[in-house]
Amino acid sequence: MAYQVNGSTIEADEEGYIVNLDDWSKELAAEIAKAESVEMTENHWKVIDFLRKYYDEFQLAPAVRVLVKNAKKKLGAEIGNSKTLEEMFPKGAAKQGCKIAGLPKPTGCV
Amino acid sequence: MSDAKKFLYVNRKAPYGTIYALESLEVVLIAAAFEQDVSLAFLDDGVFQLTRDQSTDAIGVKNFSPTFRALGDYEVTKLFVEKESLDERGLDPSDLQEIVWEDEEEDWEEKPSIRIVSRAEMADIMADQDVVLSF
Repeated sequence: MAYQVNGSTIEADEEGYIVNLDDWSKELAAEIAKAESVEMTENHWKVIDFLRKYYDEFQLAPAVRVLVKNAKKKLGAEIGNSKTLEEMFPKGAAKQGCKIAGLPKPTGCV
Repeated sequence: MSDAKKFLYVNRKAPYGTIYALESLEVVLIAAAFEQDVSLAFLDDGVFQLTRDQSTDAIGVKNFSPTFRALGDYEVTKLFVEKESLDERGLDPSDLQEIVWEDEEEDWEEKPSIRIVSRAEMADIMADQDVVLSF
């Protein structure tokens, strides 16, 4: 599949994860979120920003429990708990969050 | 955790050129979700997996060495490195990257994950495991 952003076509795999990680932009993230029916709030962007920084540092899309643990530490307990995160990203905080953040599917996710 | 089994992942190959090192790391990350007692061993050319300042630009594959630093997040906190393997390759513990884990019990104090052990100690570590997986 593919996303359309500002007149250019961004290639993605059959599940909607972008192929070339350098293609990511906030506009693209908004487009992916729309396709996922996720309404982006300020807190969503904080999680996306956190995920991108985590990937940048460790070359790894974190598993959901690692996301929750680290989000609690970095973003506070109000966002960093599994209930809130799963409500924000109904198809899986790590799985769907990483998709919007332009990262690969977390290792071990099916 | 009382019924957790002891798993040791043994890494013997250089990080690039074959897929073993990356596959081992991915299996460790996946298996970490099962709350077992997981350790990693690095011997032979496997010690090169932990060297610092790796660059893969010239070979066009992903440099996954930073991912070892995320292992603490996955409660994998024991990375045993065989001293003789380092010596035989002219490597020193200071040639390895720093990998730490945060101890939740002690106010998130950072503790080193890499432990340099002798060949004899490595044999004891292996003998002490329930499951040994070799890559």
